[in-house]
Amino acid sequence: MALQLIIVAIIGITLSGVVGILLGKGFKWEQAITTTIVIISSVLGLIGASIGIFSEATTLKLFYWPTIGGALIGLDGLSAFFLIPVFLIGGLGALYGMGYWKSSEHRDSSQKLQLFWGFLVAGMGLLLIGRHVFSFFMGWELMAISAFVLVMTEDKEEECRKSGLVYLLATHISTLTLFVFFALWHYATGSYVFQPIAEGALQPGMLNALFFLALIGFGLKAGMMPLHFWLPGAHASAPSHVSAILSGVMLKMGIYGLIRVGLLLPTPPSLWGGIILTIGAISGLLGVVFAIAQHDIKKLLAYHSVENIGIILIGLGIAYLGRTYNQPEWIALGMAGCLLHVWNHSLFKSLLFFGAGSVLHSTGKRNLDIMGGIGKKMPTTALLFLIGAVAISGIPPLNGFISELFIYIGLIRPIALGDPNAIGLAMVAPVLSMIGALAAACFVKVYSAVFLGSQRSEDLKPVHESPKIMLIPMGILAVLCVAIGVLPQYVTLVLESVIHQDILLSIVPLKTYSAFSFGFLISIVGLYIWMKFRSKKPKEVLTWDCGYAKPTSRMQYTAASFGNGFAIMFDWVLHSKVHRTKLNAVMPDRVNFESHVNELVLDRLLKPVFRWTQNASSWFGRFQQGASQNYILYILIAVLILMATLVPYKEWFVPFIKN
Amino acid sequence: MIDLIIHMSIYILMPPLLFGIINKTKAYLAGRKGAPLLQPYYDLIRLFKKKMVISGTTTWVFYAGPIVTFISVMVAGLLMPLGQSQAVISFTGDFILFAYLFGLARFFTTIAAMDTGSAFEGMGAAREMTFSAITEPGLFFAFLVFVKLSGSMSLTVMLQRNLYGIINQNGFAPIVMVIIGLAIILLAENSRMPVDDPNTHLELTMIHEVMVLDHSGPLLGLIQYAANVKFFILSSFLCTIILPTFTSDGGLSWVGFLIGIILIAVGVGIVESIMARLRMSRVTVLLFSAFLLCGSALIIFVR
Repeated sequence: MALQLIIVAIIGITLSGVVGILLGKGFKWEQAITTTIVIISSVLGLIGASIGIFSEATTLKLFYWPTIGGALIGLDGLSAFFLIPVFLIGGLGALYGMGYWKSSEHRDSSQKLQLFWGFLVAGMGLLLIGRHVFSFFMGWELMAISAFVLVMTEDKEEECRKSGLVYLLATHISTLTLFVFFALWHYATGSYVFQPIAEGALQPGMLNALFFLALIGFGLKAGMMPLHFWLPGAHASAPSHVSAILSGVMLKMGIYGLIRVGLLLPTPPSLWGGIILTIGAISGLLGVVFAIAQHDIKKLLAYHSVENIGIILIGLGIAYLGRTYNQPEWIALGMAGCLLHVWNHSLFKSLLFFGAGSVLHSTGKRNLDIMGGIGKKMPTTALLFLIGAVAISGIPPLNGFISELFIYIGLIRPIALGDPNAIGLAMVAPVLSMIGALAAACFVKVYSAVFLGSQRSEDLKPVHESPKIMLIPMGILAVLCVAIGVLPQYVTLVLESVIHQDILLSIVPLKTYSAFSFGFLISIVGLYIWMKFRSKKPKEVLTWDCGYAKPTSRMQYTAASFGNGFAIMFDWVLHSKVHRTKLNAVMPDRVNFESHVNELVLDRLLKPVFRWTQNASSWFGRFQQGASQNYILYILIAVLILMATLVPYKEWFVPFIKN
Repeated sequence: MIDLIIHMSIYILMPPLLFGIINKTKAYLAGRKGAPLLQPYYDLIRLFKKKMVISGTTTWVFYAGPIVTFISVMVAGLLMPLGQSQAVISFTGDFILFAYLFGLARFFTTIAAMDTGSAFEGMGAAREMTFSAITEPGLFFAFLVFVKLSGSMSLTVMLQRNLYGIINQNGFAPIVMVIIGLAIILLAENSRMPVDDPNTHLELTMIHEVMVLDHSGPLLGLIQYAANVKFFILSSFLCTIILPTFTSDGGLSWVGFLIGIILIAVGVGIVESIMARLRMSRVTVLLFSAFLLCGSALIIFVR
């Protein structure tokens, strides 16, 4: 039943854009109808996935394909768990898009965007229920290619084309790696079906090859360091609701792959868990460090995705190690942290991208250093963005804290119990706390640069609050963030059903915590209201600037100056480039200052390597001049070489060797 | 029940006194008479009676900042045991919540500061956030040491287990390292000398004081009281670790705790009298040393 609902939802979402195209560009209600189909299908999908979480795993043969068997699909707790964000953000994003990317304003691109939005959501749905290489890859490629088209929505801009190309390269490397993975899978198991490999059935070398191929293929999609290079550009160039679904949901397909492979492979060696844990810690730390150095609000949010993928991988690493050392508690806590953070990240990251989109929609700019004071003109967006910012910093009482709490306890509990293998895990806990502190710093920077203070530049368009159709999806996401934060014990039921263990609530006292956070929220609201009522109307004055009577908005601390302390502290990895004009006199002329940070992998490693390869192989170009005589000559040479192999050299040399 | 009443009344009433003690110590060492011991209480009462003056640039965030900070710090204090008296609320993993509640307080203090659009407050906020990124992992390393030593993940058990018995086989060196590290974190988190000078009159050099420049009246009162409580909580953290369990008698152990915490305040006063504030770039080095001390102590204990 659940699976059938999901199939209906996937078909509905796939067809939504087609319906739009059939209705034609001129038709007034075209976007509304398309969006309605997406939303109805999403609701069906959400219902199906919710049933699927709590029911037994099922499989179904979708259709028969003679050469490789059938397209097998299936649903279990894990797939259903990942389907929920797919349909949730798929539906809410389409709704948001109705306000953000109105068909009346974007005539040439709106239909394309709707069509591929549907394909993207459907592709993710299909890969999640795929139980056979065929159905899995159909979904995977549908997702990857439609994401490319969506990133290229604004293909008139050069930056957008460039980052689209980088994304296309990255996603193909990922797909090719997975091709090799599944080919090897077929070689080793004799089947293309996702079936667990028995203990001891394969040699360790083969298992290692399978694992590392999966790590590269899925890790590229997930955007873990150092394979994240495609991510910041692609997410910054796409329209904001597309960035939201790419960042909030599509990255998680890589995580899903890693979890699924982990379930299919037999007991892993400790190396695998260790590597995932280390990559997680590095992604988390460097992701947030690079985020702080950004000036572009969407690039900044994209780097935060790298950070959050890092946190998710830390959780996954604990679970892998738990399987190695046969510790059910580690598996439970690690998986709970990993999975819940998948949900949480899809909620607050989409909320933040929607918020950034509202700002972009209103101001037309993405540069943090010229904004400011927007909170007064867009109060609702500001409040919702603040909820997202607190949630992503992992601060109580919102949802980000709960998933981090699971991971913390997973990391620290072994050392409390005196486990001999605990020290490696425990060492990650301070790293996680540093990630949290840096993320909080970064979001203080973003929030204050955009929404607080006063406007820094006159370039901005007159700012206005976004329409309700954009605010409603954000509101729903914000409510979910708060709900998971204060009522974590109910979400834990979902987690326990997915990971088939019911020890979470006995280890982590979430009921106490829930009561605690309720009291906490009530006292904050209570005190706020009491203070407001009690105090007399305050006198309004200028901001204190050491007695300076005419402060201007350009005297404010900018986002760049806020992040400067971090830029200095982490200069060993950031290498910020600073351009400034020197002060040359007592009364100097106008001076300017500019700083930017290059991407760690793309700008500093890949581009130089590619450029070098191109230069080194340019001499080869002279062989390809386009003159057909030359090509005939090449063919002749090739034929001669081939014929030369027929010459019986061996017989010539044998007499020499014998003598 | 009586213990809880004593606990709560000490928790609510004592924090401002510690600042009185620090100021008195500083005055004494400088050869001045100094303000009365109870001056911080008078200041608070005066602030709560005053009318507010608010910058026209600000929004509701400016108003909510001190309130959230105050509640978070007060609630964090409920998780901390005072000497031999156990914490009001206690559960597995409460130390994580404790650290993150300080994070919440910091988040809202800084955005309230940034709401004014002042360069000075921006500086303070940026510094506060930068330094906290180093003290936070240091604090976690210290927590891990106590988790390892006590085998528990709840602050009351972690800190109250008689550590001197457990650490004998490892020697005293690592626990001394943790205590020095925590003392540095205490000074940094509370913006005391040598990290920040609470008495400076130049906005450019401040951290905590500059963030609250524009707050006035009751809001400033809340901020000051929250700062007092934060100092009290972290001092009692240190005090609970250092103070051995010399008696099972409730009353006597309260006396011991009070003496201990007053001694810490006097110690902070002495440090402030004999040291100058460090250059901002050197502060990072000091905080990293705290981080490394706590981290190395953990490695020694686990090896």
